[in-house]
Amino acid sequence: MSEAIISEGIRPTRTDEFRRRLEKRYKAERRFKLAGLSAILISVAVLIFLLGNMTFNGLGGFQRAEIDVSIDLSQSGIAGDSSTLSGGDALQVLQRQGLPDVVQFYAEQSLGEEAAQGISSEAWRDVANDIIADTSILREEVTFSLAATDDLASGLKDEGSAEMQALADRLEADGVLASNFDPGFLARSDATSPQKVGIWGALKGSILTMIVTLLLAFPIGVLAALYLEEYAPKNRWTDVIEVSINNLAAVPSIIFGLLGLAVFLWMFPNLRSAPLIGGMTLALMTMPVIVISGRNAIKAVPPSIRDGALAIGASPVQVVFHHVLPLALPGILTGTIIGMARALGETAPLLMIGMRAFVATAPDGFTSPATVLPVQIFLWSDEIDRGFVERTSAAIIILLLFLLLMNGLAIYLRNKFEKTW
Amino acid sequence: MTVIHPNLEQLDAKMSAKDVSVFYSEKQAIDNVSIDVPTGHVTAFIGPSGCGKSTFLRVLNRMNDTIPTARVEGTIELDGEDIYRSGMDVVQLRARVGMVFQKPNPFPKSIYDNIAYGPKIHGLAESREELDEVVERSLTRAGLWEEVKDRLLDSGTALSGGQQQRLCIARAIAVDPEVILMDEPCSALDPIATAKIEELIAELTDRYAIVIVTHSMQQAARVSQRTAFFHLGKIVEYGQTKDIFTNPIEERTKDYITGRYG
Amino acid sequence: MAEHTVKAFDEDITRLRGLIAEMGGLAEVALQDALEAMARGDETLAEKVIAGDKKIDALESEVDKLAVRIIALRAPMADDLREVIAALKIAGVVERIGDYSKNIARRIGQIEDRKRFEPLTLLPAMGELAGEMVHDVLTAYAARDPDLALEVIEADNKVDAFYDSIFRNLVSHMVENPATISSAAQLLFVARNIERIGDHATNVAEMVHFAATGVYPPDHDD
Repeated sequence: MSEAIISEGIRPTRTDEFRRRLEKRYKAERRFKLAGLSAILISVAVLIFLLGNMTFNGLGGFQRAEIDVSIDLSQSGIAGDSSTLSGGDALQVLQRQGLPDVVQFYAEQSLGEEAAQGISSEAWRDVANDIIADTSILREEVTFSLAATDDLASGLKDEGSAEMQALADRLEADGVLASNFDPGFLARSDATSPQKVGIWGALKGSILTMIVTLLLAFPIGVLAALYLEEYAPKNRWTDVIEVSINNLAAVPSIIFGLLGLAVFLWMFPNLRSAPLIGGMTLALMTMPVIVISGRNAIKAVPPSIRDGALAIGASPVQVVFHHVLPLALPGILTGTIIGMARALGETAPLLMIGMRAFVATAPDGFTSPATVLPVQIFLWSDEIDRGFVERTSAAIIILLLFLLLMNGLAIYLRNKFEKTW
Repeated sequence: MTVIHPNLEQLDAKMSAKDVSVFYSEKQAIDNVSIDVPTGHVTAFIGPSGCGKSTFLRVLNRMNDTIPTARVEGTIELDGEDIYRSGMDVVQLRARVGMVFQKPNPFPKSIYDNIAYGPKIHGLAESREELDEVVERSLTRAGLWEEVKDRLLDSGTALSGGQQQRLCIARAIAVDPEVILMDEPCSALDPIATAKIEELIAELTDRYAIVIVTHSMQQAARVSQRTAFFHLGKIVEYGQTKDIFTNPIEERTKDYITGRYG
Repeated sequence: MAEHTVKAFDEDITRLRGLIAEMGGLAEVALQDALEAMARGDETLAEKVIAGDKKIDALESEVDKLAVRIIALRAPMADDLREVIAALKIAGVVERIGDYSKNIARRIGQIEDRKRFEPLTLLPAMGELAGEMVHDVLTAYAARDPDLALEVIEADNKVDAFYDSIFRNLVSHMVENPATISSAAQLLFVARNIERIGDHATNVAEMVHFAATGVYPPDHDD
């Protein structure tokens, strides 16, 4: 057909047939673009829905039902100054002086006995902490916002018993009871009651665990990637290693938990639920990801750079560390981000090694019992008390913010090292 | 059998190759090549694609060590020392025998660091002042100093193609080599940049033994004093450049030079 | 010899050779015609020779232009380069041969009473020899034959010998017959021209040898 057309002097690209085909191609192009755009819109919609839902649910988790009580500390008989109230026993000192009763007394005085019952029995600790922070208030009359009991808090949210709801309505109308922003949520640790619970324990646990994971996985992963790409001879053994590492990256994380249980806890039996063990387990999981992305980043460094460095008389180690690694670093950091983000959100392996204990105080160090954010979220979501629902969503928001922060840091580092060649 | 022109002067060889063969696994790339390269001269390797001239060039500074399947037989000597003997320090060899590549490959560092890298790792400069001196000297010799002296901290990759290649040449001479190997240094450059580099080569000829591989016969004719014609892994003819291009002895050389090859 | 990969190069070289061959042919004919005109006293033929020289000059100019173009555009090397340079020089020489033939034709009118000059009978033989030299050297050029070129160089000795003999003859004639001095002088010039043609043919032969082999013939005095 085309020969006949050529012999007639008409170019194949000028025929009507061609124009029709061209039109079809344009249509296919438009369809494809539309499909891509729809995909993006759907993804963004899902993302917005997720975030919106979390934020909506979680905002309440940053608040706490509190009752305002005015206490005249100068009249209370509590004495102390910065010297007597500076040690670790300050709380006991104040307790022995009868601070809890003082608080109770003033509460009953200003609110009546029924309302005073609605104040959490541990509320005196908040007052004590304020006194310890600033002993000069002992000479003053101060209004404290004290945590309400869980029942009263539910009542404020129109849940729970009818009496509590009525009491809550009354107190709210009086302006005494309100849902205030609760910064303490970020400073306290796990507790049994949603009013007293805090995320700091889990947050610190996550931070410590991530530090251990990073310190173990990053150097080992990067050095392994460097060795495999630059030095290892290409033979069956290295092929086997490559396949093994690729498979390791796909292994379900709970298997690593089993490994951690079997090996690490056997080695350090009394370090159950410590960030050290958790970090080591997660490092096992993250390392293959770093190796794979590291290898790809190193492979992407053009041979011309290596040749140039070799030709000037650099030794193989100098070529790797002065030239290849700096250029591969952006790619390696990307892989690290991916690996660490995955590790941050892992629950199953950490559950297996026991980081599910109820930990009431934040961990002191790498070897003290701790829990991590995803585990904390999991545990709270299991709780019966309705107050935990909002706290759980709030914890999820904290987790997402932490993730964002980590990613932001890594992206900043990556951009800093990005060089054009 | 290599035909050596009768007019070719017998000079002291800076580098000499005797019966060198190079194999990639079973495939033979270089077949029994012997050639002497004197200092103070430019020796050109010409020949069709795949004839082995680049392979042979890379053998001279052991750059083909990076290829695991490569195997070299025969002797290659630098000032009489076999460079493939087991005690030979490859790092030192490559400081003495520098190389400039076809596509300019400056390090993605500043211009200053590009030049300073070699002297630093070889410990050739003891103080910052000495390093500055080496950088200035190398850039001046490469004809680049005036153009970049005010922006030494700019990235080396921000220069034009011709400037990048001169930067690579400056980098090579910063470590004070004795031999400079050039693998088609101008093939990626425009005529003006090419001319500048050819002039640079002419200026460098006195101090170094220069070997240049080129696809352009005109360039070989302009730049070199001696020319070797490679064909299928052998050197067919080796002589003074003017003899090779006006009166070659071998039919194959004649065919290639006059454009009757292929 | 294999063809150039770029065909246009071959075409240029072929055209160059063709121009030289054409020039050479015209110069040969010019010489023959001039000698014949002189032998017969044919002034019309002489006119034709004189007019025909312009064509030879034009061809030389064309060869110049073509050679320069080939050098600029094709960057000839080795034997191609020698051939082009040789063609350039040969064209110049052949043009001079044409000039000498024209010169001979010019003098025909000046020679009176031809029948009485004995040397006049020698001249055709000398001229024929020179003509053969020109013919052979152009053949050698076309065939790139260095051996034939060497033969041509040898033949020049004979032409020189002829010239010596004619010279002595004419001089003694002039001494004996002073009235014939002007005509005899013209004949002397004609003989001189033919001898110069022989020398020029030798030059061409040397260049043919150079183009073919890369060296000038032995005993080449530059």
